[in-house]
Amino acid sequence: MSRLELRGFGWRHAGRRAWAVREVDLSVDAGERVLLLGPSGAGKSTLLAAIAGLLPADSGEQAGTVTVDGLDPRKARERVGIVFQDPQSQLVMARSGDDVAFGLENRGVPAEQIWPRVDAALARVGFRYGRDRPTAALSGGEQQRLALAGALALRPGLLLLDEPTANLDPAGADLVRDAVAGALDGDRDTTLVIVEHRVAQALPLVDRVVVLSAGGGVRADGKPDEIFDRYGRQLAADGVWVPDQPLPQRNGSAAPAGEPLLIADRVGLAPRLAPLADEVPVRGGEALAVLGPNGAGKTTLALLLGGLVAATDGAVRATAALTGDGRVGPAPHRWRAPELVRRIGNVFQNPEHQFVATTVADELALGPRRCGLPESAVARVVDELLQRLRLDRLAAANPYTLSGGEARRLSVATALASAPRLLVLDEPTFGQDRRTWLELVALLGELRDAGHGIVTVTHDVDLVAALADRRLTL
Amino acid sequence: MTGGALARRNPVAKLAAALVFSVLLLATLDPLAPAVAIAVELAVVPLFGLGYRALLRRMAPLLLSAAGVLVTLTLFAAERTGPVLLAAGPVLVTSGVLVTALGLALRLLAVALPGVLVFATTDPTDLADALVQNVKAPPRFAIGALAAFRLVPMLAAEWQLLAMARRARGIDAGRNPVRRLRLFAATAFGLLVLAIRRGTRLATAMDARGFDAGIPRTSARRQRFGAADAALVVGAAIAAGGSLAVSFAAGVFRPVIG
Amino acid sequence: MPQQSLPADRSWRTVDIVVASVIAVAFGVVFWLWGLIWTATEAAFTFFPPAQAVLYGVWLVPAVLGALVIRKPGAALFCELVAAIVSAALGSQWGAVVIVQGLAQGVGAELVFLAVAYRSFRLPVALAAGAAAGLGAAIFDQIRYYAPYDLVSFRIPIFIVTVVSAIVLAGAGSVALTRALARTGVLDRFPAGRDRATV
Repeated sequence: MSRLELRGFGWRHAGRRAWAVREVDLSVDAGERVLLLGPSGAGKSTLLAAIAGLLPADSGEQAGTVTVDGLDPRKARERVGIVFQDPQSQLVMARSGDDVAFGLENRGVPAEQIWPRVDAALARVGFRYGRDRPTAALSGGEQQRLALAGALALRPGLLLLDEPTANLDPAGADLVRDAVAGALDGDRDTTLVIVEHRVAQALPLVDRVVVLSAGGGVRADGKPDEIFDRYGRQLAADGVWVPDQPLPQRNGSAAPAGEPLLIADRVGLAPRLAPLADEVPVRGGEALAVLGPNGAGKTTLALLLGGLVAATDGAVRATAALTGDGRVGPAPHRWRAPELVRRIGNVFQNPEHQFVATTVADELALGPRRCGLPESAVARVVDELLQRLRLDRLAAANPYTLSGGEARRLSVATALASAPRLLVLDEPTFGQDRRTWLELVALLGELRDAGHGIVTVTHDVDLVAALADRRLTL
Repeated sequence: MTGGALARRNPVAKLAAALVFSVLLLATLDPLAPAVAIAVELAVVPLFGLGYRALLRRMAPLLLSAAGVLVTLTLFAAERTGPVLLAAGPVLVTSGVLVTALGLALRLLAVALPGVLVFATTDPTDLADALVQNVKAPPRFAIGALAAFRLVPMLAAEWQLLAMARRARGIDAGRNPVRRLRLFAATAFGLLVLAIRRGTRLATAMDARGFDAGIPRTSARRQRFGAADAALVVGAAIAAGGSLAVSFAAGVFRPVIG
Repeated sequence: MPQQSLPADRSWRTVDIVVASVIAVAFGVVFWLWGLIWTATEAAFTFFPPAQAVLYGVWLVPAVLGALVIRKPGAALFCELVAAIVSAALGSQWGAVVIVQGLAQGVGAELVFLAVAYRSFRLPVALAAGAAAGLGAAIFDQIRYYAPYDLVSFRIPIFIVTVVSAIVLAGAGSVALTRALARTGVLDRFPAGRDRATV
């Protein structure tokens, strides 16, 4: 049963000019359930980290106060449990039971009490496997369940959830939501603060909504219905995923689809992707959405279409429309890299996997240079893309220092820089706020209308509704 | 880890046995001692619950290495004693050279094999627990290293992604070895950045669960060091010593120093 | 665990332990891959094996890099040792003995940083640490492998090349690598990262 109190709280990380979060006044009573919302950059994650006592005093500058049960959070850490969004970066041990026991070992719980508490925590979150289940064998949703068990085993008075479903597919997100609901069911003792993009999913868990403002301070605080009725449209414009706010829909084609660029002829890659039932053409001027449950091989198909991996069954054939020269030639996975980058643009799930240069501008210039464009043309392309994707302020920054949304925009921009005819994107809208999401959808729509071919692998139902001309379900 | 009486021994005991065995065998350069040692090692393989085919698979790079040693030594040996077996230009193969080369190759295998056996049959968590409980290693270091080790399979998978991503950006090395090396280095750098970033987040998550609480850690899993474990270490010393004794008795012992 | 007797800025934080381990583990993986390449290319170097030792310094990078990033007592030794253990665990062809070798290399580098009381982490110290680690490695190899080889045409050249490679790759290379890492922002929680310009 913990109480949380913030007065004029602000935090600035060392080495940054801008404050990550500022002027937050907030009181959360014991047993309350709060959903924390705000646009990207409002400092929600920083706020939760501060409440959990995880911001060392020497790593930045604090304004105002934050207390848990009247204590400095750094001294009250055993009262707070926190679950972060990336399961891979918070699971410590190789076996599930050992991971839950980890926190208990740290707190010096006597050995004979550890396993009963582990079993109780696993049961509380509805974990379906035994203690020996390897953590690497769990799906993303199961891993987050395990992380939740690890936090709950320590019996915290205050539970913090920092975008626990951000990296998960809808099935995984349901698993987590059910786990949280089940764990807190009938438990009026545990205070909850959750940050979650999928607002509709989080609403059943909470009785209060607090909205942070990008410039600082709390913008709105109250019951969910009231908040969304009053501020719904403004919040949506700011990038908050407000439920029931309209999203663009794809209704009919503006222009008929163009000629085929690639043909995926019954391709498969054992053991990850079973061969497709028939020939699947990928056309210019058309957006193809690849859907299917986890494990069906969607990413593998994206890699095959992107010319990055060789098929074990069937073949991917490129047409003359894509290769731009008279002859068809070898399959895409055999193309030399400079040829590949000119014809197909690949955007990976995790933008960080694609960064190769030391500045944003160099990242954008890389593709065009490898195509042999003269420097003046390269500079022009770079400037255009910087403007288009609102990255001009960051031209000299190192790509790894970009925020999630900025990194995603950069990875899309770099794929576009060499003007390929075909774009293959893997989960481009993962974890994006509403504003970036709309921008991406608009951009992809424009590209499609201009004659490019688009293939997106996605779980995002809204993206499919807004963009897709054709669907392929694995 | 399952089956095999020796596989179930305390991890630290297994590691110590492997080290003792290997280090003792380094004392000689003749081929007889390692040959005996290898015979002993192969004989205990079933006791580790390991099949010979699985072992061969793990040893494949080692066998290649041993073959490489044979070749290089044949060309660069210091002493070329004994009757000449082959003379072709700069290459002078004498029986003495061949014996020395064989000795080194067998020594390579004999010294490497115990390590392969131990790590093939030891769970990393058990090893960390044993290091903390039986050898009094600092718990935070052992568990911290264990947590980082868990990231290894992810690194291997991410290497492939990074390599593909570079190709997708128009970078490939073709046949030029220098360019291949640069590409290797660049990909390795990308991997290092990702790994450090992940490690930093993991450290925060570990602190959130009290890793830096400063109070004595308890352990949920017991690792015992008993008589059988001590016997394993002693047995390894005796076996290695015995191999050395055999070559000494046969008069072929060649000390590495002197 | 009782607090260490070192002053506060000398004791290891969790992030120090984990990132040092991550560096060690990442290099352990690279070593394992590199070891396979080393074996495969051994044939190409049969005309002059000491030339292969040109890249030997790579094995010694964790020792110096660990110390430059973490900047706490024991970092060089810890990183090199854990890298060796990991490469052995993954199936290094040189088996468990590589752990002992890692120890020798790590101790060499650690002694240099100890000699400057862990106060300086600049290029000259890094080069010296690389040299010390290289000496540890070269001496170890002489005992383990190279005794029967010819002194002049093989053993001396390989000794020299090993140590020089260590100075260049592990010493200067680690300094360059640390700076490159700092620019990406991943070292923000470490002293090396605090030199980054304010963004």
